[in-house]
Amino acid sequence: MTEQLDAGLVAGVIEDHPDALSKPYAGGELGRGRRRKEDAKLVTGQTNWTDNITLPGLLHMAVLRSPMAHARVLSVDVSGALEMPGVIAAFSGADLADVMGASMPCAWPVTPDMVSPAHTPLAIDEVRYVGDGVAVVIARDRYTAADALEAIAVEYDQLPAVVDMEVAIADGAPLVHSDKGTNTCFVFDFPGAGADYAETVREAGDDAVVVRRRFRQQRLLPTPMEPRGVVVAPIAAADEFTMWSTTQIPHILRVMLALTTGIPEHKLRVVAPDVGGGFGAKLNVYAEEVLALVVARKLGRPIKWTESRSENYQATTHGRDQIQDIEIACRKDGTLLGLKVELLADMGAYLQLITPGVPVLGAFMFPAIYKMPSYHFTCTGVFTTKTPTDAYRGAGRPEATYAIERIMDELAAELGRDPMELRKQNWIRHEEFPYEMVAGLTYDSGNYEAATEKAEQMFDMAGLRAEQARRRESNDPVQLGIGISTFTEMCGLAPSRVLGSLSYGAGGWESASVRMLPTGKVEVVSGATPHGQGHHTAWSQIVADSLGVPFEDVELVAGDTKSSPKGMDYVYDPENFSYPHGTHLCAVEIDTETGFTSIRKYVCVDDVGKIVNPVIVEGQIHGGLAQGIAQALYEEAVYDAEGNLTTGSLVDYLVPAAPDLPHFDTGRTETPATSNPLGVKGVGEAGTIASTPAVMNAVVDALRPFGITDIDMPATPERVWRALQGKDMSRATAGTVSYGGSQTASTGGAASSEGAAL
Amino acid sequence: VIPADFEYVAPTTLAEAITALGQAGEDAKILAGGQSLIPVLRLRLAFPTTLVDLSRVAELRGVTDEGDALVIGAMTKHSDVIDDPLVQQHAPLLAVATSTVADPAVRHRGTFGGALAHADPAGDLAAVALALDAELVAEGPGGRRTIAAKDFFVDYLETTLSPDEILASVRVPKLAGAWGVRYEKFNRVAQAWAIVGVAAAVRMEGGSVAEARIGLTNMGSTPVRPSGVEAALVGASDKAAVAAACASVADGLNPPSDLGGQADYRAHLARVLTARAVAHAAGMTS
Repeated sequence: MTEQLDAGLVAGVIEDHPDALSKPYAGGELGRGRRRKEDAKLVTGQTNWTDNITLPGLLHMAVLRSPMAHARVLSVDVSGALEMPGVIAAFSGADLADVMGASMPCAWPVTPDMVSPAHTPLAIDEVRYVGDGVAVVIARDRYTAADALEAIAVEYDQLPAVVDMEVAIADGAPLVHSDKGTNTCFVFDFPGAGADYAETVREAGDDAVVVRRRFRQQRLLPTPMEPRGVVVAPIAAADEFTMWSTTQIPHILRVMLALTTGIPEHKLRVVAPDVGGGFGAKLNVYAEEVLALVVARKLGRPIKWTESRSENYQATTHGRDQIQDIEIACRKDGTLLGLKVELLADMGAYLQLITPGVPVLGAFMFPAIYKMPSYHFTCTGVFTTKTPTDAYRGAGRPEATYAIERIMDELAAELGRDPMELRKQNWIRHEEFPYEMVAGLTYDSGNYEAATEKAEQMFDMAGLRAEQARRRESNDPVQLGIGISTFTEMCGLAPSRVLGSLSYGAGGWESASVRMLPTGKVEVVSGATPHGQGHHTAWSQIVADSLGVPFEDVELVAGDTKSSPKGMDYVYDPENFSYPHGTHLCAVEIDTETGFTSIRKYVCVDDVGKIVNPVIVEGQIHGGLAQGIAQALYEEAVYDAEGNLTTGSLVDYLVPAAPDLPHFDTGRTETPATSNPLGVKGVGEAGTIASTPAVMNAVVDALRPFGITDIDMPATPERVWRALQGKDMSRATAGTVSYGGSQTASTGGAASSEGAAL
Repeated sequence: VIPADFEYVAPTTLAEAITALGQAGEDAKILAGGQSLIPVLRLRLAFPTTLVDLSRVAELRGVTDEGDALVIGAMTKHSDVIDDPLVQQHAPLLAVATSTVADPAVRHRGTFGGALAHADPAGDLAAVALALDAELVAEGPGGRRTIAAKDFFVDYLETTLSPDEILASVRVPKLAGAWGVRYEKFNRVAQAWAIVGVAAAVRMEGGSVAEARIGLTNMGSTPVRPSGVEAALVGASDKAAVAAACASVADGLNPPSDLGGQADYRAHLARVLTARAVAHAAGMTS
């Protein structure tokens, strides 16, 4: 009876509102190039960015940050701030010591004996980087809060800054954490799944050709368009809290906040509203999230904090920052014997959520797409008095790909071989999949030949090589360089079994549920939280095809721990990663009179498996290329000797924009992944990972006739010009044994074949 | 970030603006397009007590033809300078240099007079004003005063304007005869400040340089006019002769060393870019 009544009611409503009824399903959504349905509201601002959220009685928090890289905090006097009209409260680290937790979490203890220093949300006794918080002010408005920071008096006793990783691990270096007795966070030793590297090279005897290089992964500032922010609304009577945060990980954030503050997990709801980019820097648990929560609890009032760009650069995690000592060995015929990787990885002052795990993720990717019998990886994590590092677009895998792709070019030069031919000789052929790699992963599928063949057709390799020869011949002031990068990465992180074996402190599974609504509309409730990837559109396409409903009738519900719980039902935990791959080809022109590099042509063919939406894939590739090219040519976080971030704003930290980037010629091949039913692979990191080595190989290729074998990133005009000083074409030394020695500012970050012999 | 507290006045005539500035005292700042001042306020690097906003003073905008010179209102936006037919015809060097300033958003807010009064040696337009022998017209309680560009720029962010004066307009002499122009701006990304910039205007006669005017951006604490190089260029008829004449362009200068480049690199760039700017302005292909 009730059902009949309801059905009649629904029918009546539909008669009045025919648009509410589902249109017939048109079919064929997978692979269709749809515009992103979320973009209209995002680009017009008709949405809830965290900083748009306002609540009755909202108070504003501001954080006083250390102006020194390293100092003892002798005293913090907030009384001046408290006297200002409009200031509600002000707290030092000591004031909040009882409630803010003993340490913010690091979820990735990469070795059992890893040194894991306490990391309080506000410093209490000691500050360890410029930007480390020492006090907070709570005021009625943002302006008053900012003014009140200047009324807080802090006495510091300056301690020596520790900026350089090699200095940090040398005997007698000043300690970042004096109670730990060392600046070494961990030493991760991974001998691979194959033969012993040293033994393999020794056995090859005179047939072995060995090339060593030192590469630097400069520190990068992730720079999402939207800086971080957080709003916390308490219900004091129930001791319940809702937090809106610019986070990529609302579920993990809730767990970690509960563990850190002692607020019961079920009394805490975390919402990620629309998030304006993250690139890994919002995959974290931040001091301000903890502080806003505990202060809201203490005051019983809603609290908002929004960072400025300057704060974002000081207090949001940075990316990369490795010194890579790479040794590769092959037989004289070019057959690879093995790879030895020794990394120094800069942790910064503290361990954030997965700081130590980032370089370890890369451990599996150094052998890339190449067959080799031996591999040895070691990584030393190092504390310095700088902003902590953590995940940044690719997280360990771009660093690995850069090293292997750069040294494959160096090995080719050493052998006098064409760099593409050397790659072809050593990569996994398509009929050899599945292939068990020397690093222990099993690549399920791929077709490097097909992607490369397509890229070469699009690139006009023969024509560009001929032009390069002409320019070299005529001593043209503008030289041409051609760079290759092939790559693969492990995507869909993924098998919990594998992550567990790496001591990763969370599962790799993902969950979703589908709700059918009475009018035929569909809600997809996803645990994955979008922050720019186009989930609303892509998920809708997948669900439309699965259920036979129109694309328009599907809505995504995500980013809220209340409505999209990371439940254990319908959990999907694949058996393997997916392995997207691709071939990127880049031609650069270098003005040898000024050192300026410009990209003449960029071709990439990516294999991201089955494609759900080619428009989104294209956008992800373009954005990724921009970020990877930025690392090669533009971006670099620079610290001075006192530990000040001198690239503290967008005036000095050069993020390229459309006028600085070339046209991208993109193509695809489609080799379905076997590890998931859709056959899909990741696409978000592809452009970033592959483009950096493609550009830098092109830069070095242009300069190799001058005897130059490496340039530090970014390849600024000044670095290139300094490398060219005193060199000319007649000193070309292609084919001689060489390696880049230590690179310092005095050599402008360039290495040459005159540096040293093996 | 967030600026500290300040008073704000928005007069509608130049006379009112001068009065307002006088009343506000010496810690007042004039707000033109705000493209330099507002970032400084947001970073709390300056704490003016009052901002006198000139954006509603209509008489400070626009370009007029006064026979042998153009008079450009100080509050004329960069985008209006670029598009102005009089500027394009009689001061093309100013048009091409202004089109390289920052990005379109900045060019639609920033003003010609604001850029000159700010006197950042990395700004593109001071070197142009210097090369073109522009005159800057200041108005204050004591009346009107005309200052030659070569006397206007005193030091880094410092001019001969007194605190109670407002830069009202800029008089740019027309280039008589057949001049070629070029602004060579060297920066790493398009919207960034010039690491080095070179403004060049060249008049050719019978295939060789008859007259050259050059202004250098970011080669010292003020814009630089390398008069010796201008003289040495007369008679040059090919790129080699131009390069030889430009070889001394950085001699005696003291360019900054910063993230954009060390001083010796800037000196090298100035030599290369001056030769290129002159050769391009002269239409030389070899």
